[in-house]
Amino acid sequence: MRWTLLVGLLCFAAGAGAGEVGQIKAAKGAVFLERQGQRLPATVGMPVQESDSLITGADGSAGVTFSDNSLLSVGPGSVLAIERYAFDSTTHSGQFEASLKKGTLAVVSGKMVKHSPDAMRVRTPSAIMGVRGTEFVVKVIEPGS
Amino acid sequence: MFALVFGALVILGAIYAQPAAREEIVVVLPSPDGHTGTVIVQRGGERYVLNQPFAASRLTGEQSFGVALEALPVPPTTFLLYFVTGTDELTDESKEELKQILAELKHRPVPDIMVVGHTDTVGELEANDLLSAQRAERMKGFLVEIGIPGRQIQTAGRGEREPLVPTADNIDEPRNRRVEINVR
Repeated sequence: MRWTLLVGLLCFAAGAGAGEVGQIKAAKGAVFLERQGQRLPATVGMPVQESDSLITGADGSAGVTFSDNSLLSVGPGSVLAIERYAFDSTTHSGQFEASLKKGTLAVVSGKMVKHSPDAMRVRTPSAIMGVRGTEFVVKVIEPGS
Repeated sequence: MFALVFGALVILGAIYAQPAAREEIVVVLPSPDGHTGTVIVQRGGERYVLNQPFAASRLTGEQSFGVALEALPVPPTTFLLYFVTGTDELTDESKEELKQILAELKHRPVPDIMVVGHTDTVGELEANDLLSAQRAERMKGFLVEIGIPGRQIQTAGRGEREPLVPTADNIDEPRNRRVEINVR
């Protein structure tokens, strides 16, 4: 009984699946997840894994809720790589590295940043942002696009 | 306020500065509670600290960020509901609150829900384990009724093990007779 509960709580904390670090909560227009070289059409409810890239077309936008309650969303024409994600639901320690190659990104930081301010980093092609418990937006405009 | 905006624009200018390079824009937003955190931008050897908010109206009017902001998921949250002593019947106040919670949940796409039931310390440990599980299951019933698939709802009963207000044994404490509904 106690084990069932523990396992249940852990599953909830982990987003109910091995390798699952988040879930797509919003998807409009063309949205894809690139996973191990494959491009999968992304739909609401789909799990997001570490090393996935979230890609939107010219009419696309998508939002993801992560297991530490971080929220990320991208606007049209975006490529966002989830380069690294680890979260310990007991201690709230973790590491989150995401990289916006192009497009727009909105970020609301979650529990791991509350626990340790250095846990989350967002990269753009030329800068690295350390996120200290906040909400922010980023835009990368490629030359000629 | 203009001073704040100007402060941020200086930083944007620095990032724009490379000729014919890509443009990158970073904007710190105030959170709904009015608090603004800090973003530290490191670029080459330079380091900028962004800790002042843009006015919210300037941002919502900005079309290119608007679409991304619109796609931000609703933040995960926890609701607490309280029970009549010894039963899985909600207090009158919590019954009213349940209606609001159910209305709010309808706006969330694919909610992941964990319902955890608790009791006060009146009665035996095992009876309280059972009661707390019943309380959680009863709430799950309400959630399934409004159309949330049962497989997205997990329940657990913690009995009297995790009181909101620690008490001695056999204390009738209304705040401990509760369920937590965690929604992601």
